[in-house]
Amino acid sequence: MRSPHTLQKTIGTFAVITGLALFTASLGLNSFSLREKSLQTHLNNDYHYEMVAPFAISMLDKTYSNSLTFNRDLHQVLKQGQEAIRQDLEQNKGLGPSDETYWSMVMQDYVVRSVKLPITREAAQGFLSDHAGMTGGLALILVLLGSFLLYFPIWKQLPGIDNTGVFSSPLKSRGWSGILLGSYLILFYLILYFYPQHLVNWMIIVDPISYRLNNGPASQWFLYGLLYTFVILVMGLRMILKYRHNAYQIWRTASVMFFQTCFAFILPQLLAWLNQPAPDLKNIWPLDYSFFFDYRLDEMLQSGTFGLFLLFWGIALTLIGVPVFTYFFGKRWYCSWVCGCGGLAETMGDPFRHLSDKSLRAWQVERWLIHLVLIFAVVMTIAVVYTYLPKQGSGLTRSVFFSISSAVLLFAMGFVWFLNKKIKAAIPRRALLIGTFTGFAIIGIGTWGIMAEKEYLFWVQDYQLRSWYGFYVGSVFAGLVGTGFYPLMGNRVWCRFGCPLAAYLGLVQRISSKFRITVNGSQCISCGNCSTYCEMGIDVRSYAQKGQDIVRSSCVGCGICAAVCPRGVLKLENGSHDVYQRTQQTRAIHISETEVTLLN
Amino acid sequence: MHTVIIGNGISGTTAARFIRKWSDHPVTLISSESPYFFSRTALMYVYMGHLRQKDTQPYPPDFWKKNRIHLIQAHVTSLDIAHKLLQLDNGQSLAYDKLVVATGSVSNFFNWPGQELKGVRGLYSLQDLEYIETYSKELTHAVVVGGGLIGIELAEMFHSRNIQVTFLVREKSYWDHVLAPEESAMVNRHIRENGIDLQTETSLKAILDDGKGQVKAVLTDTGETIPCGFVGITAGVRPNIDWLKTSPLEIERGILVDAFLQTNIPDVYAIGDCAQLRQPQPGRQAIEAVWYTGRMMGETLAYNICKGPLAYNPGVWFNSAKFFHLEYQVYGQVPASLPPDQDTLYWEHPDGKKSIRINFDKSSQAVTGFQTMGIRFRQEVCEKWLANRTPLDEVLPKLALANFDPEFYRRYETQVVQLYNHRFHKNLPLQSPRNILDKVLQFLKN
Ligand SMILES: Cc1cc2nc3c(=O)[nH]c(=O)nc-3n(C[C@H](O)[C@H](O)[C@H](O)COP(=O)(O)OP(=O)(O)OC[C@H]3O[C@@H](n4cnc5c(N)ncnc54)[C@H](O)[C@@H]3O)c2cc1C
Ligand code: SF4
Ligand code: SF4
Repeated sequence: MRSPHTLQKTIGTFAVITGLALFTASLGLNSFSLREKSLQTHLNNDYHYEMVAPFAISMLDKTYSNSLTFNRDLHQVLKQGQEAIRQDLEQNKGLGPSDETYWSMVMQDYVVRSVKLPITREAAQGFLSDHAGMTGGLALILVLLGSFLLYFPIWKQLPGIDNTGVFSSPLKSRGWSGILLGSYLILFYLILYFYPQHLVNWMIIVDPISYRLNNGPASQWFLYGLLYTFVILVMGLRMILKYRHNAYQIWRTASVMFFQTCFAFILPQLLAWLNQPAPDLKNIWPLDYSFFFDYRLDEMLQSGTFGLFLLFWGIALTLIGVPVFTYFFGKRWYCSWVCGCGGLAETMGDPFRHLSDKSLRAWQVERWLIHLVLIFAVVMTIAVVYTYLPKQGSGLTRSVFFSISSAVLLFAMGFVWFLNKKIKAAIPRRALLIGTFTGFAIIGIGTWGIMAEKEYLFWVQDYQLRSWYGFYVGSVFAGLVGTGFYPLMGNRVWCRFGCPLAAYLGLVQRISSKFRITVNGSQCISCGNCSTYCEMGIDVRSYAQKGQDIVRSSCVGCGICAAVCPRGVLKLENGSHDVYQRTQQTRAIHISETEVTLLN
Repeated sequence: MHTVIIGNGISGTTAARFIRKWSDHPVTLISSESPYFFSRTALMYVYMGHLRQKDTQPYPPDFWKKNRIHLIQAHVTSLDIAHKLLQLDNGQSLAYDKLVVATGSVSNFFNWPGQELKGVRGLYSLQDLEYIETYSKELTHAVVVGGGLIGIELAEMFHSRNIQVTFLVREKSYWDHVLAPEESAMVNRHIRENGIDLQTETSLKAILDDGKGQVKAVLTDTGETIPCGFVGITAGVRPNIDWLKTSPLEIERGILVDAFLQTNIPDVYAIGDCAQLRQPQPGRQAIEAVWYTGRMMGETLAYNICKGPLAYNPGVWFNSAKFFHLEYQVYGQVPASLPPDQDTLYWEHPDGKKSIRINFDKSSQAVTGFQTMGIRFRQEVCEKWLANRTPLDEVLPKLALANFDPEFYRRYETQVVQLYNHRFHKNLPLQSPRNILDKVLQFLKN
């Protein structure tokens, strides 16, 4: 039988898809013709401009119907110019790769990459530029109206858990529409990170908002931030509607909506307007992996008191904020209440949470991968700061910095060993040994590098480490896979397998936190709702049916397992007593305390 | 020593798991229903699309091999006690040293005219679910007969597919032989609020044939004819023991077992829904067809087989259920009608969707049962109060310890205590500690 809301939902779906299609199509609604001045301004180097300009003549009187063909030719022009510069330097100026001036005069690849976007932007003209507001507005209205029609029927249902049809919906169970949506998202990230010049029409559409917030045109990051915030707000409202009977879900969703809108989006815009460094104040290293990169350190160190505050704030969040808050509330304080990645996962990702892989294999992969990323982030950051600092002098020199880092690492490792003893070896011995070995390896190799007076701490250029990390972890993993794979592998792929901050928070949660999920005696009926809807792929049921409280480093405390449990078996709680007794396997079935001892 | 277990439900599976845990004896688990153990209680969620069938399996398929629990998918057709031999429907026979019968239940059918028609079925097994599934495609109206826990689940299942449901309940009010009138009324309201046509004090008289062997309507004892495409029979369950009636096993309603879950035949045991205790503990039933008791029996039996005699002791009674969106929990004895020596404190939220009931002994004031609707209580805390026969005056000030609702939920202990103070002219305070979990754990330890 059809639902009474079928028609409404069909119209809603249609409106959302039309809105999205219109928005997507708007990327093709401009034509492009190269402006000579753009080339000059953005190359920002008279010599380069002089050498490139002759090749650009053929483009000047042409109008391209889309950014693809325009950029194909622009790329040609830049490449030809680059080659001409090289030849000029080598043949006419007699310079070669061994000269220092040679490197300062060639046109580097990154220049070729980065000038395309601004040049394309200025080349854009035509229907979309003339009707940006109308096109964007129409798409927006369609999406909003459609979402309303789609989600308002939830309001008409009685409040309560309703996952009806989740596994028969192709969108939510990797059917054709799920795969389509996943592909769309992956494509979007691909273009956003690597070919943003094809998104200029969208930037033109959101320009007026950008001017209002930061008094400048929209960059691709502004565009992304705006879309991101929009999605979190719309899908956040849906989340609140869906779980309106559940105060924990309401508060936590409102919280991620707030942090995304104010901290991640608006505040940085205003700071940028004031010509201040404009970081996302709630983004914590090592998730904010570029926090200690030279240009960010420079920016903070050159911005007076406010800059110093930012530096202090960032370091304090990492070294004090994370352990302290996590001790009291578990990692959920960040992952499910504050974080932007978590915010998207919990709102837009909610319809996909059951797609997380629950297999043992996935868990094994997860434990290796996420900790490897953490190690990568730590090594990279130490290397980057090392290179940033002076070799000699008073104050913070390279070797002083490395000593401090080593001390922090040693302290952390010692602390873990100490705690592990106190809590009766809750951490598997193997993990402990591998972790310790890695810590000593970092310290050892680093020290060796210093002794051998290597320019680069770990024998690799820090620049190389940075670009690897930025590409593989920052772009591909966090964006492309992290979000693009929502409809394919669930909403927390990044948080579970890749986020170094989650790894760090998880370590603290595992060894020293009041947070656990308590299990209500023996009320579990092993139905499997909790495990199925756990976005982190935790087999919650395997604990619940044994009456065993749950402390898992990966648990982000979303509270969904407790929400979907039809027997009220699970509760997210903070308390310092008996964690490691109540998480023992032997608590088993005869749940009253006396019987437990019997069955030990 | 080869233990063969007939039935891979919760009781049989628990027994097998614990036998493996405590011994190296070979264990064989037989079931004709499904190759792997699954959670019967989750059948409804499979139908509603919350879960896939494989999500209801608590252990992954390789678990059994890893734990050397041998699985056979076949039906046991007869039992040869003298030779300790089982006959399977695939023609093979199987020898055992110890036999555990854990065959569960079957749906009750009370010889209604037309009950053999197509489109008439109970809900117990996977096969039942598949049958219902095939009928659901074209279905617009279904009748559910019998107002128990499975009946309401079946009603909810159809409701989730927008199939009109008429719910026939013989009693005055839903489940009123178990629930006290207030709670029962609350569930009635909730059922109707969901758009279910709940007809109380109405029984099934006959099921009508459409001429092609298919159900077309039901006839009720109130004389009404209700057209429908499917009739769900959920008038309770009874032990699945018909196939053993000719065996030397002593059987009443279920297979009779002593406190050690042993039948009248040595080396043959019965657990779970199909077992009937010769001497149930005071206040308890001889057959308790619920998940939890099956699990406890399975564990107790494994202990008996592997480690030594241990009498079955189910402890303080508890149960829980969910009626559409309304959660229900009970700890201890909360009978539908109050025994004369007991009193009850019942608080209900003005929205009519939450309630807390505490029963207590009139003379000693000892608490005897807790029952909540729409509010979760902590089993261990309630259990301790009940086991210690703690007086109500001591329980109420600490009532916050019993709350198990998620964080940020509204709490209602104050109202309960106020109600009590008002009714009994007392002045009990309410303690509302901040770090509740710590307090709870301290309380449980002392
Ligand atoms: C829809 C539904 C919802 C329920 N919800 C709840 C609930 O929320 N809470 C609760 O406490 N209880 C609930 N119950 C009751 C609970 O599921 C049962 O009490 C429990 O499953 C009984 O377990 P068991 O191991 O004794 O038997 P079963 O689970 O019935 O297992 C017996 C197995 O043995 C097999 N078998 C039987 N005879 C033979 C044979 N001759 N040869 C081979 N195999 C055979 C059967 O096919 C079956 O697979 C529910 C029951 C149903 C049907
Ligand atoms: S275990 Fe529960 S709270 Fe933790 S991540 Fe999984 S569903 Fe969320
Ligand atoms: S904890 Fe709840 S949701 Fe999870 S298996 Fe047990 S009863 Fe089901």
